[in-house]
Amino acid sequence: MSGLSRRKLITGGLAATAGVAGLAVADRLAKAYGLVPPDAGGLFGPGETLTYAAQSLLTAHRPAREFPRSMISKDPFAVPIAPPSDAFKQSQALGFKNWRLTVDGMVERPTAFSLADLQSLPVRNQITEVACEEGWSYVAEWIGTPLSGVLREVGVLPQARYVAYFSMEPDQWDSLDMGEALHPQTYLTMGMNDGELPVAFGGPLRMRVPMQLGYKNLKFLHHITVTDSMKRFGKGLGSVSPEFGYAWFAGI
Amino acid sequence: MATASPRAISTTPRHAAVVRITHWLTVLAFLALLITGAEILISHPRFYWGESGNPNTHPLFSLPLPTSRPWVNNGFGTAMPDGNGWGRYLHFEAAWVVALTGLVYVLWGIWRGHFKNHLTPQRGERSAGALWPVITKSLRGGRAANDEAHSYNALQRATYLVVIFVLFPMVIWTGLAMSPSFTSAVPAAASLLGGRQSARTLHFVITLLLVGFFVVHVAMIALAGFWKRTRAMVTGRAGAAKEDA
Repeated sequence: MSGLSRRKLITGGLAATAGVAGLAVADRLAKAYGLVPPDAGGLFGPGETLTYAAQSLLTAHRPAREFPRSMISKDPFAVPIAPPSDAFKQSQALGFKNWRLTVDGMVERPTAFSLADLQSLPVRNQITEVACEEGWSYVAEWIGTPLSGVLREVGVLPQARYVAYFSMEPDQWDSLDMGEALHPQTYLTMGMNDGELPVAFGGPLRMRVPMQLGYKNLKFLHHITVTDSMKRFGKGLGSVSPEFGYAWFAGI
Repeated sequence: MATASPRAISTTPRHAAVVRITHWLTVLAFLALLITGAEILISHPRFYWGESGNPNTHPLFSLPLPTSRPWVNNGFGTAMPDGNGWGRYLHFEAAWVVALTGLVYVLWGIWRGHFKNHLTPQRGERSAGALWPVITKSLRGGRAANDEAHSYNALQRATYLVVIFVLFPMVIWTGLAMSPSFTSAVPAAASLLGGRQSARTLHFVITLLLVGFFVVHVAMIALAGFWKRTRAMVTGRAGAAKEDA
Protein backbone atom coordinates (compact mmCIF):
# COMPACT_ATOMS: atom_id res chain seq x y z
CA MET A 1 0.00 0.00 0.00
CA SER A 2 1.40 3.35 -1.04
CA GLY A 3 -1.36 5.48 0.46
CA LEU A 4 1.15 7.45 2.49
CA SER A 5 1.55 10.50 0.29
CA ARG A 6 4.00 13.34 0.86
CA ARG A 7 1.09 15.60 1.79
CA LYS A 8 -0.03 13.17 4.49
CA LEU A 9 3.51 12.98 5.87
CA ILE A 10 3.80 16.77 6.02
CA THR A 11 0.40 17.32 7.65
CA GLY A 12 1.04 14.45 10.05
CA GLY A 13 4.44 15.87 10.97
CA LEU A 14 2.99 19.34 11.50
CA ALA A 15 0.17 17.94 13.67
CA ALA A 16 2.65 15.95 15.79
CA THR A 17 4.91 19.00 16.23
CA ALA A 18 1.93 21.16 17.18
CA GLY A 19 0.79 18.48 19.63
CA VAL A 20 4.16 18.23 21.37
CA ALA A 21 4.54 22.03 21.47
CA GLY A 22 0.99 22.32 22.81
CA LEU A 23 1.73 19.85 25.59
CA ALA A 24 4.91 21.75 26.51
CA VAL A 25 2.98 25.05 26.64
CA ALA A 26 0.19 23.42 28.70
CA ASP A 27 2.81 22.08 31.11
CA ARG A 28 4.42 25.53 31.55
CA LEU A 29 1.01 27.21 32.04
CA ALA A 30 -0.13 24.57 34.53
CA LYS A 31 3.02 25.04 36.61
CA ALA A 32 2.81 28.84 36.43
CA TYR A 33 -0.79 28.89 37.64
CA GLY A 34 -0.38 26.24 40.34
CA LEU A 35 -2.49 23.62 38.55
CA VAL A 36 -0.11 20.71 39.19
CA PRO A 37 -0.87 18.72 42.37
CA PRO A 38 2.00 17.58 44.66
CA ASP A 39 1.32 13.93 43.70
CA ALA A 40 1.57 14.57 39.94
CA GLY A 41 4.34 12.01 39.33
CA GLY A 42 4.00 8.45 38.11
CA LEU A 43 1.51 6.50 36.07
CA PHE A 44 -1.57 8.33 37.38
CA GLY A 45 0.02 11.80 37.27
CA PRO A 46 -1.58 12.93 33.99
CA GLY A 47 -5.10 12.01 35.12
CA GLU A 48 -4.58 13.52 38.55
CA THR A 49 -3.22 16.75 37.08
CA LEU A 50 -6.13 17.02 34.62
CA THR A 51 -8.63 16.45 37.43
CA TYR A 52 -7.02 18.94 39.81
CA ALA A 53 -6.48 21.59 37.13
CA ALA A 54 -10.00 21.27 35.70
CA GLN A 55 -11.64 21.32 39.12
CA SER A 56 -9.47 24.22 40.31
CA LEU A 57 -10.45 26.31 37.28
CA LEU A 58 -14.11 25.28 37.32
CA THR A 59 -14.89 25.29 41.02
CA ALA A 60 -12.70 28.09 42.40
CA HIS A 61 -14.58 30.09 45.06
CA ARG A 62 -17.81 28.14 44.55
CA PRO A 63 -19.56 27.08 47.73
CA ALA A 64 -20.21 23.38 48.35
CA ARG A 65 -23.92 22.51 48.35
CA GLU A 66 -25.73 23.37 51.57
CA PHE A 67 -28.94 21.65 52.67
CA PRO A 68 -32.04 22.54 54.65
CA ARG A 69 -32.09 21.52 58.31
CA SER A 70 -34.71 18.87 57.50
CA MET A 71 -32.12 16.97 55.45
CA ILE A 72 -29.68 16.48 58.34
CA SER A 73 -29.04 12.71 58.58
CA LYS A 74 -30.55 11.09 61.66
CA ASP A 75 -27.98 8.31 61.53
CA PRO A 76 -24.56 9.73 60.58
CA PHE A 77 -21.72 7.24 60.36
CA ALA A 78 -18.11 7.63 61.42
CA VAL A 79 -15.36 5.18 60.55
CA PRO A 80 -14.28 3.57 63.86
CA ILE A 81 -11.20 5.32 65.24
CA ALA A 82 -8.09 3.70 66.66
CA PRO A 83 -7.86 3.68 70.49
CA PRO A 84 -6.80 7.21 71.47
CA SER A 85 -3.32 7.89 72.84
CA ASP A 86 -2.67 8.58 76.54
CA ALA A 87 -2.08 12.26 75.76
CA PHE A 88 -5.51 12.42 74.08
CA LYS A 89 -7.20 10.67 77.00
CA GLN A 90 -5.57 13.07 79.49
CA SER A 91 -6.77 16.06 77.50
CA GLN A 92 -10.24 14.52 77.23
CA ALA A 93 -10.30 14.06 81.05
CA LEU A 94 -9.60 17.81 81.33
CA GLY A 95 -12.48 18.59 79.01
CA PHE A 96 -9.88 19.48 76.32
CA LYS A 97 -9.06 22.65 78.30
CA ASN A 98 -5.35 22.11 77.50
CA TRP A 99 -5.96 21.35 73.80
CA ARG A 100 -3.87 23.64 71.62
CA LEU A 101 -3.87 24.26 67.90
CA THR A 102 -0.41 25.53 67.03
CA VAL A 103 -0.15 27.50 63.80
CA ASP A 104 3.36 28.13 62.46
CA GLY A 105 5.49 28.10 59.32
CA MET A 106 5.31 31.01 56.86
CA VAL A 107 3.32 33.28 59.15
CA GLU A 108 4.14 36.59 60.84
CA ARG A 109 2.89 35.59 64.31
CA PRO A 110 3.09 31.85 65.13
CA THR A 111 0.31 31.21 67.64
CA ALA A 112 -1.05 28.44 69.84
CA PHE A 113 -4.86 28.67 70.00
CA SER A 114 -6.91 27.10 72.77
CA LEU A 115 -10.44 25.99 71.92
CA ALA A 116 -11.72 29.05 73.80
CA ASP A 117 -9.47 31.25 71.63
CA LEU A 118 -10.98 29.68 68.51
CA GLN A 119 -14.50 30.15 69.88
CA SER A 120 -13.81 33.85 70.40
CA LEU A 121 -13.30 34.17 66.62
CA PRO A 122 -16.40 34.46 64.41
CA VAL A 123 -18.26 31.13 64.72
CA ARG A 124 -20.33 30.02 61.74
CA ASN A 125 -22.36 26.99 60.78
CA GLN A 126 -22.95 25.07 57.56
CA ILE A 127 -25.21 22.13 56.73
CA THR A 128 -23.14 20.12 54.29
CA GLU A 129 -22.56 16.53 53.29
CA VAL A 130 -19.62 14.35 54.25
CA ALA A 131 -18.95 11.97 51.36
CA CYS A 132 -16.58 9.07 51.87
CA GLU A 133 -14.48 7.73 49.00
CA GLU A 134 -16.12 4.36 49.72
CA GLY A 135 -19.42 5.76 48.47
CA TRP A 136 -21.50 6.48 51.58
CA SER A 137 -22.41 9.92 52.89
CA TYR A 138 -24.35 11.88 55.47
CA VAL A 139 -25.56 15.44 55.93
CA ALA A 140 -24.78 17.26 59.18
CA GLU A 141 -24.58 20.74 60.60
CA TRP A 142 -20.99 21.79 61.27
CA ILE A 143 -20.20 24.61 63.66
CA GLY A 144 -16.78 26.21 63.72
CA THR A 145 -14.61 29.10 62.75
CA PRO A 146 -13.41 29.55 59.17
CA LEU A 147 -9.74 28.65 58.69
CA SER A 148 -9.35 31.89 56.71
CA GLY A 149 -9.93 33.94 59.89
CA VAL A 150 -7.25 32.02 61.80
CA LEU A 151 -4.83 32.49 58.90
CA ARG A 152 -5.60 36.23 58.98
CA GLU A 153 -4.86 36.31 62.73
CA VAL A 154 -1.40 34.80 62.25
CA GLY A 155 -0.58 36.77 59.07
CA VAL A 156 0.24 34.46 56.17
CA LEU A 157 3.36 35.49 54.23
CA PRO A 158 2.77 36.22 50.54
CA GLN A 159 4.95 33.36 49.24
CA ALA A 160 2.85 30.72 51.07
CA ARG A 161 1.09 28.23 48.81
CA TYR A 162 -0.09 25.35 51.01
CA VAL A 163 -1.56 24.84 54.46
CA ALA A 164 -0.40 21.53 55.96
CA TYR A 165 -2.40 20.19 58.89
CA PHE A 166 -1.72 17.42 61.38
CA SER A 167 -3.84 15.20 63.59
CA MET A 168 -3.09 14.15 67.15
CA GLU A 169 -3.26 10.60 65.75
CA PRO A 170 0.18 9.52 64.51
CA ASP A 171 0.85 9.66 60.74
CA GLN A 172 -2.38 11.50 59.97
CA TRP A 173 -1.68 14.70 58.06
CA ASP A 174 -2.84 16.44 54.93
CA SER A 175 -2.65 19.77 53.12
CA LEU A 176 -4.79 22.22 51.16
CA ASP A 177 -3.77 24.68 48.49
CA MET A 178 -4.19 28.30 49.54
CA GLY A 179 -7.43 28.68 47.57
CA GLU A 180 -9.15 25.84 49.43
CA ALA A 181 -7.61 26.90 52.75
CA LEU A 182 -9.12 30.40 52.36
CA HIS A 183 -12.46 29.02 51.09
CA PRO A 184 -15.27 30.43 53.29
CA GLN A 185 -16.60 26.91 54.02
CA THR A 186 -13.27 25.49 55.21
CA TYR A 187 -13.82 25.37 58.97
CA LEU A 188 -11.99 24.47 62.10
CA THR A 189 -14.99 22.55 63.41
CA MET A 190 -15.86 22.35 67.10
CA GLY A 191 -19.57 21.54 66.99
CA MET A 192 -21.92 19.21 65.16
CA ASN A 193 -25.73 19.24 64.97
CA ASP A 194 -26.20 21.86 67.72
CA GLY A 195 -23.88 20.06 70.16
CA GLU A 196 -20.18 19.59 70.77
CA LEU A 197 -18.26 17.70 68.12
CA PRO A 198 -18.22 14.08 69.38
CA VAL A 199 -14.82 12.37 69.61
CA ALA A 200 -16.05 9.71 67.18
CA PHE A 201 -16.53 12.46 64.59
CA GLY A 202 -13.15 14.08 65.25
CA GLY A 203 -13.75 16.16 68.38
CA PRO A 204 -12.63 18.37 69.88
CA LEU A 205 -11.36 19.89 66.62
CA ARG A 206 -11.74 18.73 63.04
CA MET A 207 -10.79 20.23 59.69
CA ARG A 208 -13.96 20.53 57.60
CA VAL A 209 -13.45 20.77 53.82
CA PRO A 210 -16.87 20.22 52.24
CA MET A 211 -15.54 20.64 48.67
CA GLN A 212 -13.49 17.47 49.14
CA LEU A 213 -14.14 13.90 50.27
CA GLY A 214 -14.21 12.69 53.86
CA TYR A 215 -10.56 11.76 54.16
CA LYS A 216 -9.46 15.41 53.73
CA ASN A 217 -11.52 16.23 56.84
CA LEU A 218 -8.84 15.34 59.37
CA LYS A 219 -9.90 14.46 62.92
CA PHE A 220 -8.20 15.61 66.18
CA LEU A 221 -6.54 18.63 64.56
CA HIS A 222 -3.71 20.05 66.66
CA HIS A 223 -1.08 21.55 64.35
CA ILE A 224 -1.10 23.69 61.19
CA THR A 225 1.97 24.71 59.19
CA VAL A 226 1.86 27.24 56.36
CA THR A 227 4.40 26.53 53.62
CA ASP A 228 5.42 27.36 50.05
CA SER A 229 6.16 23.74 49.12
CA MET A 230 4.98 20.31 50.22
CA LYS A 231 8.32 18.72 49.23
CA ARG A 232 9.68 18.72 52.78
CA PHE A 233 6.66 16.91 54.25
CA GLY A 234 6.75 13.12 54.36
CA LYS A 235 7.54 11.79 50.89
CA GLY A 236 6.71 15.18 49.38
CA LEU A 237 3.39 14.10 47.87
CA GLY A 238 1.24 16.66 49.68
CA SER A 239 -0.30 14.41 52.30
CA VAL A 240 0.00 11.00 53.86
CA SER A 241 -2.77 9.70 51.53
CA PRO A 242 -0.62 9.31 48.38
CA GLU A 243 1.88 7.33 50.48
CA PHE A 244 -0.94 4.78 50.84
CA GLY A 245 -1.92 5.13 47.18
CA TYR A 246 -4.71 7.69 47.61
CA ALA A 247 -4.95 10.97 45.73
CA TRP A 248 -3.93 14.23 47.44
CA PHE A 249 -6.81 16.08 45.76
CA ALA A 250 -10.11 14.55 46.87
CA GLY A 251 -12.63 16.79 45.13
CA ILE A 252 -13.90 13.84 43.08
CA MET B 1 -28.93 3.82 -5.89
CA ALA B 2 -26.85 1.45 -7.95
CA THR B 3 -24.93 -1.24 -6.09
CA ALA B 4 -21.27 -0.39 -5.74
CA SER B 5 -18.92 -2.80 -7.41
CA PRO B 6 -17.00 -5.18 -5.10
CA ARG B 7 -13.79 -3.50 -6.15
CA ALA B 8 -15.07 -0.11 -4.98
CA ILE B 9 -16.16 -1.54 -1.63
CA SER B 10 -12.87 -3.20 -0.85
CA THR B 11 -10.80 -0.05 -1.40
CA THR B 12 -13.04 2.21 0.74
CA PRO B 13 -12.21 1.81 4.43
CA ARG B 14 -15.06 0.07 6.29
CA HIS B 15 -14.24 2.28 9.30
CA ALA B 16 -12.52 5.69 9.12
CA ALA B 17 -9.21 6.03 10.97
CA VAL B 18 -10.81 8.34 13.58
CA VAL B 19 -13.49 5.72 14.29
CA ARG B 20 -10.92 2.94 14.65
CA ILE B 21 -8.57 4.90 16.95
CA THR B 22 -11.35 6.28 19.17
CA HIS B 23 -13.00 2.83 19.27
CA TRP B 24 -9.94 1.07 20.67
CA LEU B 25 -9.04 3.88 23.08
CA THR B 26 -12.60 3.65 24.41
CA VAL B 27 -12.33 -0.15 24.74
CA LEU B 28 -9.14 0.18 26.80
CA ALA B 29 -10.53 2.96 29.00
CA PHE B 30 -13.89 1.20 29.41
CA LEU B 31 -12.24 -2.00 30.64
CA ALA B 32 -10.06 0.03 33.06
CA LEU B 33 -13.18 1.83 34.32
CA LEU B 34 -15.04 -1.45 34.71
CA ILE B 35 -12.29 -3.17 36.72
CA THR B 36 -11.59 -0.14 38.93
CA GLY B 37 -15.32 0.53 39.29
CA ALA B 38 -15.79 -3.01 40.61
CA GLU B 39 -12.84 -2.49 42.95
CA ILE B 40 -14.40 0.72 44.32
CA LEU B 41 -17.84 -0.92 44.50
CA ILE B 42 -16.74 -3.73 46.83
CA SER B 43 -15.73 -1.18 49.47
CA HIS B 44 -19.44 -0.38 49.81
CA PRO B 45 -21.75 -2.65 47.75
CA ARG B 46 -24.89 -0.99 49.12
CA PHE B 47 -27.08 1.44 47.21
CA TYR B 48 -29.38 4.23 48.37
CA TRP B 49 -31.80 6.70 46.87
CA GLY B 50 -31.78 10.43 47.62
CA GLU B 51 -29.02 12.65 48.91
CA SER B 52 -27.30 10.56 51.56
CA GLY B 53 -26.94 7.00 52.83
CA ASN B 54 -24.34 5.19 54.92
CA PRO B 55 -23.68 1.95 56.85
CA ASN B 56 -26.28 3.05 59.45
CA THR B 57 -28.97 3.57 56.79
CA HIS B 58 -31.30 0.96 55.33
CA PRO B 59 -30.18 0.48 51.72
CA LEU B 60 -32.38 0.55 48.61
CA PHE B 61 -30.61 -2.65 47.61
CA SER B 62 -27.42 -4.38 48.51
CA LEU B 63 -25.23 -6.69 46.44
CA PRO B 64 -24.41 -10.14 47.83
CA LEU B 65 -20.65 -9.59 47.69
CA PRO B 66 -17.75 -9.83 50.12
CA THR B 67 -16.43 -6.37 50.91
CA SER B 68 -13.03 -4.73 51.35
CA ARG B 69 -13.88 -2.64 54.42
CA PRO B 70 -14.57 -4.14 57.84
CA TRP B 71 -17.53 -1.84 58.71
CA VAL B 72 -19.57 -2.94 55.70
CA ASN B 73 -20.50 -6.60 55.84
CA ASN B 74 -23.26 -8.01 53.66
CA GLY B 75 -22.84 -11.43 55.22
CA PHE B 76 -20.15 -12.59 52.81
CA GLY B 77 -17.09 -11.53 54.77
CA THR B 78 -14.81 -8.53 54.49
CA ALA B 79 -11.68 -10.14 53.14
CA MET B 80 -11.56 -8.57 49.68
CA PRO B 81 -8.37 -6.67 48.78
CA ASP B 82 -8.67 -2.94 49.35
CA GLY B 83 -7.74 -1.28 46.07
CA ASN B 84 -9.54 2.05 46.31
CA GLY B 85 -6.27 4.01 46.15
CA TRP B 86 -4.98 2.92 42.76
CA GLY B 87 -8.55 2.07 41.75
CA ARG B 88 -9.73 5.66 42.12
CA TYR B 89 -6.57 7.12 40.51
CA LEU B 90 -6.99 4.84 37.47
CA HIS B 91 -10.80 5.27 37.37
CA PHE B 92 -10.50 9.03 36.91
CA GLU B 93 -7.54 8.82 34.54
CA ALA B 94 -9.50 6.38 32.34
CA ALA B 95 -12.57 8.62 32.67
CA TRP B 96 -10.53 11.45 31.15
CA VAL B 97 -9.56 9.16 28.26
CA VAL B 98 -13.21 8.23 27.65
CA ALA B 99 -14.44 11.82 27.91
CA LEU B 100 -11.76 13.36 25.67
CA THR B 101 -11.89 10.49 23.15
CA GLY B 102 -15.67 10.76 23.08
CA LEU B 103 -15.47 14.49 22.51
CA VAL B 104 -13.10 14.06 19.55
CA TYR B 105 -15.31 11.29 18.12
CA VAL B 106 -18.60 13.21 18.46
CA LEU B 107 -17.19 16.48 17.07
CA TRP B 108 -15.60 14.61 14.16
CA GLY B 109 -18.80 12.62 13.62
CA ILE B 110 -20.92 15.75 13.41
CA TRP B 111 -18.40 17.48 11.17
CA ARG B 112 -18.07 14.56 8.74
CA GLY B 113 -21.74 13.50 8.82
CA HIS B 114 -20.79 10.14 10.39
CA PHE B 115 -23.90 9.99 12.61
CA LYS B 116 -26.22 11.15 9.83
CA ASN B 117 -24.85 8.84 7.14
CA HIS B 118 -23.77 5.73 9.05
CA LEU B 119 -25.68 5.61 12.33
CA THR B 120 -29.08 7.22 11.81
CA PRO B 121 -31.58 4.53 10.71
CA GLN B 122 -32.18 4.92 7.01
CA ARG B 123 -35.35 6.45 5.62
CA GLY B 124 -38.15 3.90 5.83
CA GLU B 125 -36.50 2.15 8.76
CA ARG B 126 -37.38 4.73 11.37
CA SER B 127 -40.57 3.17 12.73
CA ALA B 128 -41.20 0.33 15.14
CA GLY B 129 -42.91 -1.55 12.31
CA ALA B 130 -39.81 -1.38 10.17
CA LEU B 131 -37.56 -2.28 13.09
CA TRP B 132 -39.55 -5.36 14.11
CA PRO B 133 -38.42 -7.75 11.35
CA VAL B 134 -34.80 -6.80 12.08
CA ILE B 135 -35.27 -7.53 15.79
CA THR B 136 -36.98 -10.89 15.25
CA LYS B 137 -34.34 -11.89 12.72
CA SER B 138 -31.57 -10.98 15.18
CA LEU B 139 -33.29 -12.92 17.95
CA ARG B 140 -33.65 -15.99 15.74
CA GLY B 141 -29.89 -15.88 15.39
CA GLY B 142 -29.97 -15.39 11.68
CA ARG B 143 -26.56 -14.74 10.23
CA ALA B 144 -25.84 -11.16 9.34
CA ALA B 145 -26.53 -10.46 5.72
CA ASN B 146 -23.49 -9.96 3.54
CA ASP B 147 -24.20 -6.27 3.12
CA GLU B 148 -24.00 -5.80 6.89
CA ALA B 149 -20.23 -6.19 6.64
CA HIS B 150 -20.32 -2.78 4.99
CA SER B 151 -23.22 -1.06 6.70
CA TYR B 152 -25.34 -1.36 9.82
CA ASN B 153 -28.98 -2.42 10.02
CA ALA B 154 -31.56 -0.23 11.74
CA LEU B 155 -31.35 -2.04 15.09
CA GLN B 156 -27.59 -1.71 15.21
CA ARG B 157 -27.82 1.96 14.27
CA ALA B 158 -30.39 2.72 16.97
CA THR B 159 -28.35 0.83 19.58
CA TYR B 160 -25.12 2.66 18.75
CA LEU B 161 -26.90 6.03 18.92
CA VAL B 162 -28.31 5.20 22.36
CA VAL B 163 -24.89 4.08 23.61
CA ILE B 164 -23.11 7.16 22.20
CA PHE B 165 -25.67 9.85 23.00
CA VAL B 166 -27.51 8.50 26.07
CA LEU B 167 -25.52 5.90 28.04
CA PHE B 168 -22.01 7.40 27.83
CA PRO B 169 -23.13 10.98 28.59
CA MET B 170 -25.30 9.68 31.45
CA VAL B 171 -22.52 7.59 32.98
CA ILE B 172 -20.20 10.62 32.88
CA TRP B 173 -22.89 12.90 34.33
CA THR B 174 -23.79 10.51 37.18
CA GLY B 175 -20.08 10.10 37.90
CA LEU B 176 -19.50 13.86 38.10
CA ALA B 177 -22.62 14.21 40.26
CA MET B 178 -20.72 12.30 42.97
CA SER B 179 -17.87 14.84 43.00
CA PRO B 180 -18.26 17.30 45.89
CA SER B 181 -16.06 19.78 44.06
CA PHE B 182 -17.90 19.52 40.71
CA THR B 183 -21.33 19.79 42.33
CA SER B 184 -20.21 22.94 44.15
CA ALA B 185 -19.83 24.53 40.71
CA VAL B 186 -22.85 22.78 39.15
CA PRO B 187 -25.28 21.89 41.96
CA ALA B 188 -27.96 20.85 39.44
CA ALA B 189 -25.73 17.95 38.34
CA ALA B 190 -26.68 16.21 41.60
CA SER B 191 -30.07 17.73 42.43
CA LEU B 192 -31.62 16.91 39.01
CA LEU B 193 -30.83 13.24 39.65
CA GLY B 194 -32.40 13.29 43.11
CA GLY B 195 -29.17 13.63 45.09
CA ARG B 196 -25.71 12.21 45.44
CA GLN B 197 -26.76 8.65 46.37
CA SER B 198 -29.32 8.53 43.54
CA ALA B 199 -26.51 9.55 41.19
CA ARG B 200 -24.34 6.72 42.54
CA THR B 201 -27.15 4.18 42.10
CA LEU B 202 -27.84 5.41 38.54
CA HIS B 203 -24.08 5.27 37.80
CA PHE B 204 -24.22 1.57 38.70
CA VAL B 205 -27.41 0.86 36.70
CA ILE B 206 -26.07 2.61 33.58
CA THR B 207 -22.82 0.67 33.97
CA LEU B 208 -24.88 -2.56 33.91
CA LEU B 209 -26.56 -1.38 30.67
CA LEU B 210 -23.14 -0.60 29.15
CA VAL B 211 -21.85 -4.02 30.19
CA GLY B 212 -24.98 -5.54 28.60
CA PHE B 213 -24.21 -3.67 25.38
CA PHE B 214 -20.56 -4.78 25.55
CA VAL B 215 -21.54 -8.46 25.93
CA VAL B 216 -24.13 -8.41 23.12
CA HIS B 217 -21.78 -6.39 20.88
CA VAL B 218 -18.97 -8.94 21.26
CA ALA B 219 -21.44 -11.84 20.84
CA MET B 220 -22.77 -10.32 17.59
CA ILE B 221 -19.22 -9.90 16.30
CA ALA B 222 -18.48 -13.51 17.19
CA LEU B 223 -21.60 -14.58 15.22
CA ALA B 224 -20.66 -12.48 12.22
CA GLY B 225 -17.06 -13.70 12.18
CA PHE B 226 -14.91 -12.40 15.00
CA TRP B 227 -11.59 -11.98 13.20
CA LYS B 228 -13.08 -10.54 10.04
CA ARG B 229 -15.02 -7.85 11.95
CA THR B 230 -12.17 -7.16 14.37
CA ARG B 231 -9.76 -6.81 11.47
CA ALA B 232 -12.13 -4.30 9.89
CA MET B 233 -12.02 -2.23 13.07
CA VAL B 234 -8.21 -2.48 13.21
CA THR B 235 -7.13 -2.04 9.60
CA GLY B 236 -10.26 -0.41 8.24
CA ARG B 237 -10.68 -3.05 5.51
CA ALA B 238 -13.85 -5.11 5.47
CA GLY B 239 -12.14 -7.82 3.44
CA ALA B 240 -12.24 -8.58 -0.27
CA ALA B 241 -15.61 -9.36 -1.84
CA LYS B 242 -14.37 -12.85 -2.75
CA GLU B 243 -13.82 -13.65 0.92
CA ASP B 244 -17.28 -12.45 1.86
CA ALA B 245 -19.07 -14.47 -0.79
